[in-house]
Amino acid sequence: MRLTGAQAVWESLVREGVETIFGVPGGAVLPLYHALADYPIHHVLVRHEQAAAHAADGYARATGKVGVCIATSGPGATNLVTGLATAYMDSSPVVAFTGQVPSPVIGTDAFQEVHVTGITLPITKHNYLVTHAQELPTVIKEAFYIARTGRPGPVLIDISKDAQIAEIEYAYPDEVHLPGYRLPQGDFSSQVQEAAQMLNEARRPVIIAGHGVILSGTEDQLVELAEKGHIPVVATLLGIGAMPDEHPLCLGMGGMHGQGHANMALAEADLVLSLGSRFDDRFTGPPHTFAPLARIIHVDVDPAEIGKNVPADLAVIGDLKDVLPALTPLVEARDRSAWLARIREWREESAQLDILAQETDDLIPQYVVRQIWHATQGNAIMVSDVGQNQMWEAQYYVHRRRRGLISSGGLGTMGFALPAAIGAQMGLRDEQVWVIAGDGGFQMTIQELATIAQEQIPLKIAILNNGYLGMVRQWQEFFFERRYSGSRLSGPDFAQVARAYGIPGLTIREKSEVVPAITQAVTSDGPMLLDFHIVPEENVYPMVAPGSAIYNMIRRPKTVQNGEEE
Amino acid sequence: MKHTLVALMEDKPGVLNRVSSLFHRRNYNIESLTVGHSEVPGISRMTIVLEGEDRIVEQVVKQLSKLINVTHVLDVSDKPTVVRELALIKVRAASRTRSEIAELARIFRARIVDVGATSLTIEITGPEERVDSLVGLLRPFGIEEMARTGRVAMVRSGEDDGNNGKGYSSQTAMPQSVPLMAQEVPM
Ligand SMILES: Cc1ncc(C[n+]2csc(CCOP(=O)(O)OP(=O)(O)O)c2C)c(N)n1
Ligand SMILES: [Mg+2]
Repeated sequence: MRLTGAQAVWESLVREGVETIFGVPGGAVLPLYHALADYPIHHVLVRHEQAAAHAADGYARATGKVGVCIATSGPGATNLVTGLATAYMDSSPVVAFTGQVPSPVIGTDAFQEVHVTGITLPITKHNYLVTHAQELPTVIKEAFYIARTGRPGPVLIDISKDAQIAEIEYAYPDEVHLPGYRLPQGDFSSQVQEAAQMLNEARRPVIIAGHGVILSGTEDQLVELAEKGHIPVVATLLGIGAMPDEHPLCLGMGGMHGQGHANMALAEADLVLSLGSRFDDRFTGPPHTFAPLARIIHVDVDPAEIGKNVPADLAVIGDLKDVLPALTPLVEARDRSAWLARIREWREESAQLDILAQETDDLIPQYVVRQIWHATQGNAIMVSDVGQNQMWEAQYYVHRRRRGLISSGGLGTMGFALPAAIGAQMGLRDEQVWVIAGDGGFQMTIQELATIAQEQIPLKIAILNNGYLGMVRQWQEFFFERRYSGSRLSGPDFAQVARAYGIPGLTIREKSEVVPAITQAVTSDGPMLLDFHIVPEENVYPMVAPGSAIYNMIRRPKTVQNGEEE
Repeated sequence: MKHTLVALMEDKPGVLNRVSSLFHRRNYNIESLTVGHSEVPGISRMTIVLEGEDRIVEQVVKQLSKLINVTHVLDVSDKPTVVRELALIKVRAASRTRSEIAELARIFRARIVDVGATSLTIEITGPEERVDSLVGLLRPFGIEEMARTGRVAMVRSGEDDGNNGKGYSSQTAMPQSVPLMAQEVPM
């Protein structure tokens, strides 16, 4: 079959099962766009290439399939960078295509030339520059394979314009030939036996559920393991949804803004079994203070994660798909009732400090998130942005469904939520997808409202509008003498902006308006934006000061009740 | 402790950049790095010398191994190895110091490879310490120019190092095409 390089790209994507891509055209990808019309691939035109990368990332996280984005050379390619770095930090399988200037002029500072493979070297799992069309089928096959296998990650393919135009005899390879890319093949049975023995001997074990549980699709096996051994589970931010929050053994999120009981459980644990988490500093605090009484078993598909941040007493290198079915049968049911009772005490303490336990007529963000949970019965796909809104979402939405929370964890990219939610919704047309964003982050990718309108994507958008770069303000309040330098933020009338884009928008200023507004959004068929004017200086609790151990939490001060300060 | 790593990698454009960029990004301090052809066509061999705690060096090995174009990485520090460096040293040589310099070169089994009116160029090959001592002895004469290659290393043959005498691990020895399914379902 004779195909141009451009046709070869789309033909290969069709064979990889790609149905939807996100991008913006430009000079260096015109041959690609010209050929695209002949292939059954839906192109979602975004308004900024950063959004294309986030959307591909969101698509991947929601569906488990590889997300694909495309941008032109030069500025198109550089605009992808934040999105690729976000996907890289969170191990999300994305394949990005960029156009490159014609190969004869590469290196001459040609119009819109940028060394994108150089720029993206440290933020991709791998990247390619293709200047010969006949390399395209092999490169694309490899790229998809690398992106989705092992520890997933983004792969970028930069294609010179002449390689898009040249004709080749097309054949798509069945195999990849990657001598330097080896997935863990080792025999881990002795380590698994040791792990089981350590678990069986432990009196106060805790499982950490990381993103790896979700990436490997082992949510059920996690629950099985926890239930069999009566072992409580703490989630990382990206591990939320690995186990239903409502499960009695699920303690919710740990770390800097983790649940008090989750952090205390880690503090007193005598054994920590980490499943697919990378011991991020936002989760562990200073490594030497983390789980100080515990022996640590670290299970990861990426050997380089073992001992990178926190030393492991036992490492199991392998895919959780293989490790958990080997481990669980060896784990014995042990009576951990004393340990679970101790955790229950901490949990009650958390509940007492919970702001939702207090009477208030203020429009507080925690209430908004909890009402969205009620209205969606915990079944929505939640896509959160970065900052306080992200933490309130993590704490107050009771996550039940797998892949039910999509958030930028490792890079903490403001502006992620809206475009990532576009990707998620394009991948899961029949699900309800909610965006939770702050007024700051939302303004970083607000232009994507146009994409929603053009594609008629029925996203529900909740802005937790506090008039501040709230998380920055909170740090300034706690650690920088309340000097709100650069964190006071104005914004447009978001509801009116939404309407200008053709999307219904509501402004909510009173607590009593919250439920009706959410109900309206949940029951409408199309997109809707809700701008919640929340209490401006509400804080996220608990908070662990940077440099502190995670069991040294700043708890919510007990508020004035009945005229008496408690 | 000083570590010597041997890495084999595909000889493709940009691969050296991937390796050096990794060292920089991960904040690893590299003392020397040499690359050249290996015995396998299309595969380059790199010797990396770095100073660091074992924990850090282990990270370097793992992170290097993760690069798609890097096929093998081995820490040969605690293995019996042949270690060599080559240096070209252009040293100022007046007529009265010439013979003294030539004598030093002879003692070090170095060779004089170029003779100029006011200088001699000496080539020495050997372990770094030997190169260091010659450099130290030549310095008082005035070194005008020097080029050192950095260390290359090879595990001695007959050592039980699991290397097949090739300086790298046999279980991952030769590039081969692995059927997709076999790779997707490890174990
Ligand atoms: C792209 C980017 N720039 C800056 C930051 C630093 N930052 C972290 S949280 C935050 C404030 C976010 O404000 P907003 O979106 O209003 O959310 P809030 O915290 O108020 O809920 C900032 C500026 C970031 N994470 N990402
Ligand atoms: Mg805000």
